[in-house]
Amino acid sequence: MDLILKRQMAAMIKLTVNGAERSFDGDPDMPLLWYLRDELGLTGTKFGCGIAQCGACTIHLGGTAARSCITPVSAAEGQEITTIEGLSPDGNHPVQVAWRELNVAQCGYCQTGQIMQAASLLKDSPKPTDQQIDENMSGNICRCGTYPRIRAAIHQAAGQTAPASKGDRL
Amino acid sequence: MIHEAKLMAELAASQNAAGPVRIDNVSRRGILGGMGALVLALSLTDRAKADEGQTEEQKAKKFGADGMPNGWRDDPKIFVSIAKDGTVTVINHRSEMGQGVRTSIAFTVADELEADWSKVKVVQAWGEETHFGNQDTDGSRSLRHFFQHFRHAGAAARLMLIQAAAQQWNVPAGEVKAENHVLTHAKSGRRLGYGEVAEAAAKLPVPARESVQLKKPEAFRYIGKGKIGLIDNRDITTGKAIYALDVKLDGMLYAVVARPAVYGGKVVSFDDSETLKVPGVVKTVKIEGGEIPSEFMPLGGIAVIAKNTWAAMKGREALKVTWDDGPNAGYDTTAFRKELEAAARKPGKVVRVAGDVDAAMKGAKSKFEAEYFVPHLAQAPMEPPAAVARIKDGACEVWACTQGPQAAHDRVVKRLNLPADKVRVNVTLLGGGFGRKSKPDYVVEAALCSQAVDGQPVKLVWTREDDIQHSYYHTISVERIEAGVDDKGMPVAWLHRSVAPTIGSIFAPDPKHELPFELGMGLVNNPLALKNLRFENPEAAAHTRIGWFRSVSNIPHAFAIQSFVAELAHAAGRDPKDYLLELIGPARKIDPTEIGDVWNYGEDPKRYPVDTGRLRRVIEAVADGAKWGRKLEKGRGLGLAGHYSFVTYTAVAAEVEVDDKGQVKVHAIDIAVDCGPQVNPERVRSQMEGAVVMGMGLALTSKITFKNGRAEQSNYDGYEVVRIDAAPKAVRVHLLPSTDYGAPLGGVGEPGVPPVAPAIANAVFAATGRRVRELPLRDQLST
Repeated sequence: MDLILKRQMAAMIKLTVNGAERSFDGDPDMPLLWYLRDELGLTGTKFGCGIAQCGACTIHLGGTAARSCITPVSAAEGQEITTIEGLSPDGNHPVQVAWRELNVAQCGYCQTGQIMQAASLLKDSPKPTDQQIDENMSGNICRCGTYPRIRAAIHQAAGQTAPASKGDRL
Repeated sequence: MIHEAKLMAELAASQNAAGPVRIDNVSRRGILGGMGALVLALSLTDRAKADEGQTEEQKAKKFGADGMPNGWRDDPKIFVSIAKDGTVTVINHRSEMGQGVRTSIAFTVADELEADWSKVKVVQAWGEETHFGNQDTDGSRSLRHFFQHFRHAGAAARLMLIQAAAQQWNVPAGEVKAENHVLTHAKSGRRLGYGEVAEAAAKLPVPARESVQLKKPEAFRYIGKGKIGLIDNRDITTGKAIYALDVKLDGMLYAVVARPAVYGGKVVSFDDSETLKVPGVVKTVKIEGGEIPSEFMPLGGIAVIAKNTWAAMKGREALKVTWDDGPNAGYDTTAFRKELEAAARKPGKVVRVAGDVDAAMKGAKSKFEAEYFVPHLAQAPMEPPAAVARIKDGACEVWACTQGPQAAHDRVVKRLNLPADKVRVNVTLLGGGFGRKSKPDYVVEAALCSQAVDGQPVKLVWTREDDIQHSYYHTISVERIEAGVDDKGMPVAWLHRSVAPTIGSIFAPDPKHELPFELGMGLVNNPLALKNLRFENPEAAAHTRIGWFRSVSNIPHAFAIQSFVAELAHAAGRDPKDYLLELIGPARKIDPTEIGDVWNYGEDPKRYPVDTGRLRRVIEAVADGAKWGRKLEKGRGLGLAGHYSFVTYTAVAAEVEVDDKGQVKVHAIDIAVDCGPQVNPERVRSQMEGAVVMGMGLALTSKITFKNGRAEQSNYDGYEVVRIDAAPKAVRVHLLPSTDYGAPLGGVGEPGVPPVAPAIANAVFAATGRRVRELPLRDQLST
């Protein structure tokens, strides 16, 4: 194996995105956000601030909510990444269903990040209080102001035992 | 004034913007040719040409949608198509930015068409107003201006289906019934699905407008019911919704621009040698700009074009640019506030007068005066401005999150010097708009970047820093009110001076006065029953780009007036609600032209008088909702405000708590809205909920300040907006009922915002006895 190839192999970052193995040989400092969006075309993960202030870029890294805008690709090496596209095979995660049933979204832009954060919260706290919701969700900004419905939808999702499939259109 | 006339047309055409979901943008070819199954095809109507040949003056006399550039259309052949399988496609020509317009317009058409909602799709129109009618999604106008026209389009399409079935069965059309996607002939028991006659129906002429019967409201399936979920719900919740930032074309490059930090600044020289060493960077290109007024054109600077967004951003960091900051290098909002205050303390241009204020002031028992300050604000939509452009065979195609696709189209045409028919602006969903995306500077930047790489597709990305430091900011203002009161504490003289740089400053060189539409946002059309009043507008210059921010000049006007009324009530020892209602006076309908408002949101003053009865009712509704007059825990207070804006009436009652550290917590908000008939009560409700949160942000935490010409905030850390932990536990929306769908509609997107801040300030006073006259109020209570 020649030296250049060897070096490339060494620089190759391997990671798992929505169950699929991926490798990346670009700038290891590139935030995961741009790798997911620009390289993999997974645009459900949104850009909002770039400094972990708004939560629009929230993904699950090793099963926990993380801000992909400040997570370098290199830091995700060997880890499992889940994006909104991989949250549920049919788009019917209880949080997604509750979001539709309560018509939470206005413009919708921040909602994938909100949903990923809420799904992570419910994993840790299956029956969160309002205070837990506020503490856990306060890193996710919604400029349209859908917060009252986000709270209600999280409670509703928490009350669900199985994913429902209704709710696209009331 | 020519400038003003031009501006008004521009303004009429450009206030808020939004975007679509699945990027099912109709490409024209798609609609006309590629979608062969769509049998009601698009066609230009004669009506589309009806606006031609009219003078500006004739146009100016029109109201509502008639008065907007390129007016309206109601031709079903433009907006409705039905496939052989029965799928109904509605073309939505207004931008979606969270107000739910794609859903509401589609079900309005579907209702009149008697379509089964599960068989309805929405396709987003590209920007072409001569074809679709006005597309400027701002001013809270979409349903106000298009509801009746979309009803007509749906009803006309239904009639065409009925006529086609009648012809096929050889029976009188009057015997054929259209119901829930099925045509029936009762006498013979025959039935046909919509898809089965769609092709024949499409060949029929569009029925004369007078022959089309709209449904009776009792027969509505969807309109007014609030039962329809967002048509884009599944895409939004699964990450498939496409905003401008999500558009991806083959071979696409990515660009960011280093812009002058100061409005009017220019590039003197730049060194891109380090930039070009960043892996992935393809090219830099200078974007000309720096003119004042900037209008909707780019600010100029250096674009860095790269193979991905990250490389473009890294490349920009490595740029070395020498700037000439230009004439606004000294802009300092602390000093400028003092200028505004000085101007407010001297007489200015009189914009409305009644009675004799000076004499009445002399005869008053006592006098009160107060000054209210509102800082610059940035709209900061969650999706920053973004656009993708490519140029191929001499034609430029753009995908943009724009509230004004026609405005975007026209600026690209002008800047790239292309024929009008060689530019196409496709509208994506908008990740928020709030007025920022009415100004298409970023769309032009994208087109220029594509031009610089021989037409290769380029996605132009604004970072959050770009957005907050290069907004078209909400103005900065001082409102000074003086009142003389009688022995009962009621005002006998009222002098209001409003001082704020005008939005006109982005269109014309150095205007110093507010334009009619700004004055008409709660200043000149102040409906209080005042015998002696004078409203003045002293001069103010602009030193940054001023633009529309959701509800615009209503923010400072409502804050000042509704705060001052509560101050007078307190001075008189009166209950603020009783005092406010007494000052509004008995229910009456005021002709806006008689109180100096020549604008009235572009609406006919006869159809849309200022109705103080409706204003009273929303105030009473929130007072009831909040149980006004009840005893509160220590540290808590209730505050009230009502306001007329966008031909809609809103009021807010806020319950706040101020702790001993001066931290303000908003526990509950009651908001009432009377917007006339509600097409989609569910979305009216959500718009009010959202307006409460946005109003709280500007009341409590948000401000943009300038030093040395530069915005001092750059991201959500410095420019603080409301987060979920600050959102009230209770937001109670009171929709005032109206079932008369023939009555004029009011706006919905913006009117919720103006009463929020004064209600909170009044509540803080009730809780603490401290009157805050400056926004945001958070920091002022901690001392």
